[in-house]
Amino acid sequence: MSLQDQILKISTDPTLSPKQKTGFIAQAADTSLPYMVVSAAVEQAMNSGIICDMYEGRAPFKPRYVLPDYAKFLGQGSEYLELAAAQDFDEALNALTIIYHHVPSVTNIPVYLGQLDDVLLPYVGDLDEETIYRKLKLFWIMLDRTLPDAFMHVNIGPTDNVICRTILRVDGELKQIAPNLTFMYDPAVTPDALLEMATDNICHTGKPHIANYPIHASTFDKPGFGIVSCYNSLPLAGGANTLVRLNLKAAAQQASSIDQFFNEILPQYSQLMFELINVRTSFLHQDSGFFSSFLVMEGLIHEDRFAPMFGIYGMAEAINTLLNVMTPEGEQADPALLARQYGHSREANALGLRISAALAEIVEATPVTYGYHGRALLHAQGGISCDVGVTPGVRIAYGSEPDPVTHIQALAAHHQYYKSGISEILTIDETVKANPQAMNQLCRGALSLGFREFSANVAGNDLVRITGYMVKLSDIAAFKEHGSRTNTTWLGADAYDTTAVSIRKPRVASLEQTPFYNAEKN
Amino acid sequence: MRVATVNKILPFSCVDGPGNRLVIFLQGCNYNCKNCHNPYTIGLCNDCGDCITSCPTGALSWQPALKVHWHEPLCTQCDECLRVCPKQSSPKTALYSVAQMLALISKHCAFLNGVTISGGEATLQLAFIVELFSAIKATPALQHLSCMVDSNGSLSDVGWQKLLPVLDGAMIDLKAWQQDTHLWITGRSNHRVFQALSLLAEHDKLYEVRLLHIPGQTDFDQEIDALASYLKQLPTATRIKLNAFQHHGVTGEARNWSSCSETEMVRLAEQLANYGVSNLILPSIYFS
Repeated sequence: MSLQDQILKISTDPTLSPKQKTGFIAQAADTSLPYMVVSAAVEQAMNSGIICDMYEGRAPFKPRYVLPDYAKFLGQGSEYLELAAAQDFDEALNALTIIYHHVPSVTNIPVYLGQLDDVLLPYVGDLDEETIYRKLKLFWIMLDRTLPDAFMHVNIGPTDNVICRTILRVDGELKQIAPNLTFMYDPAVTPDALLEMATDNICHTGKPHIANYPIHASTFDKPGFGIVSCYNSLPLAGGANTLVRLNLKAAAQQASSIDQFFNEILPQYSQLMFELINVRTSFLHQDSGFFSSFLVMEGLIHEDRFAPMFGIYGMAEAINTLLNVMTPEGEQADPALLARQYGHSREANALGLRISAALAEIVEATPVTYGYHGRALLHAQGGISCDVGVTPGVRIAYGSEPDPVTHIQALAAHHQYYKSGISEILTIDETVKANPQAMNQLCRGALSLGFREFSANVAGNDLVRITGYMVKLSDIAAFKEHGSRTNTTWLGADAYDTTAVSIRKPRVASLEQTPFYNAEKN
Repeated sequence: MRVATVNKILPFSCVDGPGNRLVIFLQGCNYNCKNCHNPYTIGLCNDCGDCITSCPTGALSWQPALKVHWHEPLCTQCDECLRVCPKQSSPKTALYSVAQMLALISKHCAFLNGVTISGGEATLQLAFIVELFSAIKATPALQHLSCMVDSNGSLSDVGWQKLLPVLDGAMIDLKAWQQDTHLWITGRSNHRVFQALSLLAEHDKLYEVRLLHIPGQTDFDQEIDALASYLKQLPTATRIKLNAFQHHGVTGEARNWSSCSETEMVRLAEQLANYGVSNLILPSIYFS
């Protein structure tokens, strides 16, 4: 399809809003540019689907994820936005509402809204709890309706405070898809009752995610970190300048043996990943002009706190390929075969862990041009809507997941290696709603075994997680008829059709990011 | 050390007591309920070998001493062996010693609030249960786990007395109110069940009474007056769990019975509530 035809197709799509069309048309225009200069080997690896730039564009002019220091912003005001320092709670919420519209990301909607209890507590003054509740509820509705993207992430915890408690209350009541929510848990600081409030909410809304605060805090330096989009942990006052990902399944298909996979394939493709990372980030940092924006000038972000994310996915298929136990295409694995596959067999799980360790070693040892302390951060990537037959990150393949306890035990050891996050979603059947203590204990168990994040989806909830962000199932059905107000439902509909989502026990999809306009589907 | 015949172990269950529980399903039952949803847990294998030829993948074979052997790696869980078994049993059981079971519980301990022994009828292997629960309570890393049984209530007072010191709570099925109905459904009298309920209530160990409502078959709705008076005198902490009959797993004539809809379930719950029964727990999912 020619560029003009493509633009016309987007422009006349009856299911997209004008704003969504603007985004896709801009993306189509960007895609019409020639690619940045990369080696023939990188080009070939991209064309064959082994490495992928996540459709971030050919002339990247904004980082993938930006995590501004909102506390600093409220404390000092902004010359660029012509705002004085916030004096009270209303001014703080108003200033945040304004700045969110000036924080870019790959989706054009901010993926990080701040560690809101830290950010807002200084402005609570003598407000009583009910007043705070009313104000935060309106703020929450505003976020869902004006920035309708479930990648947009609020962080709270690990301390018990009025903002944290009220946000859990409001979020549990409203059951909106946006914003997404991460609750930081620190066994030394978080009271049991507060964690219970969070895990009770999971039973009814699938939110929040529970982050293992001590592990994240020890991964990053003093200025701290934030969890954004779906389980990307990144430096606060910085972010991710790009995400490039390696398809482990496709890489494994190139291997003649397990040894050759470790000795040649993995190092070779990793080097191509780094080449692409360096080319993309060099354009962003040197040519785009982004790092002279007001966010940098006013000290809300720092160029040296941006890291490239080295993403991987398709671990399940990679292992099953290397061990020659793949389920034949279009068939269901019988229990005897399943028992030898990733997630089920000790040997397969050990091989997976060996790959994660090898990847972590490569990423730690390889300097990048623009990195966090000179390095990229390893990430188990949650998939995108066009992935077919490749399981996200290091997850166990859809439809073959064991019970949640076995599932967690099979994957826990991977978590130490994926410093910028690892997206794993547990599906729990609906009976847990009558017994939220079970959810709570499952969460405690997972975190005690070293899970970085605990994320669960309860079958039967209308809110369902599609990789890390939420969509409403009722919206997916309605979208096909009428289009959707929210950006992520659109993605969900696409993923629900193309990926094996519906056979995930019982239904979770996985993609992290809208990649491109799908002309055939629309 | 005691050994138990185990049909299945689940490391995650949120319907067998408070929190997440490791559930051990023991093989063998002394009831023969028409509505049983796992009838292959009723009988004990007598090594007749009828299942061996039925297995399409050769996972079943004769072992020396004419014992039926199940080779799990070859099994595709097609359950053909369960269909042909003349004893309502299963060749897919395993023997566990108390030490082996303790090792398994320790492995999953971080995820557990407790352990529940179910079946089959758990208390038919009482000595194993007493020894296992005693060991859990004597192990510092495990003693926070609550120890519960899920039972048809047929154990004698003497048996319960052995279990009580190491039991944290029991979930007891009351299959029918009238003796005749109970006999017709289960093949056994309900006399022992009422004795067990009283004894457990007296010792504050009656966590839950379970009533499976089968419209047109069980008599809870006809006997609502007497049933409600009885339930009201139980400890207020005891949960009255209402279950809705479903066809899943059921064999024989009960397949032709109608399942219990949400409307019918709620009607029974409302009747009991009107009589002043509290702590009623309804199903979270209905299939019909």
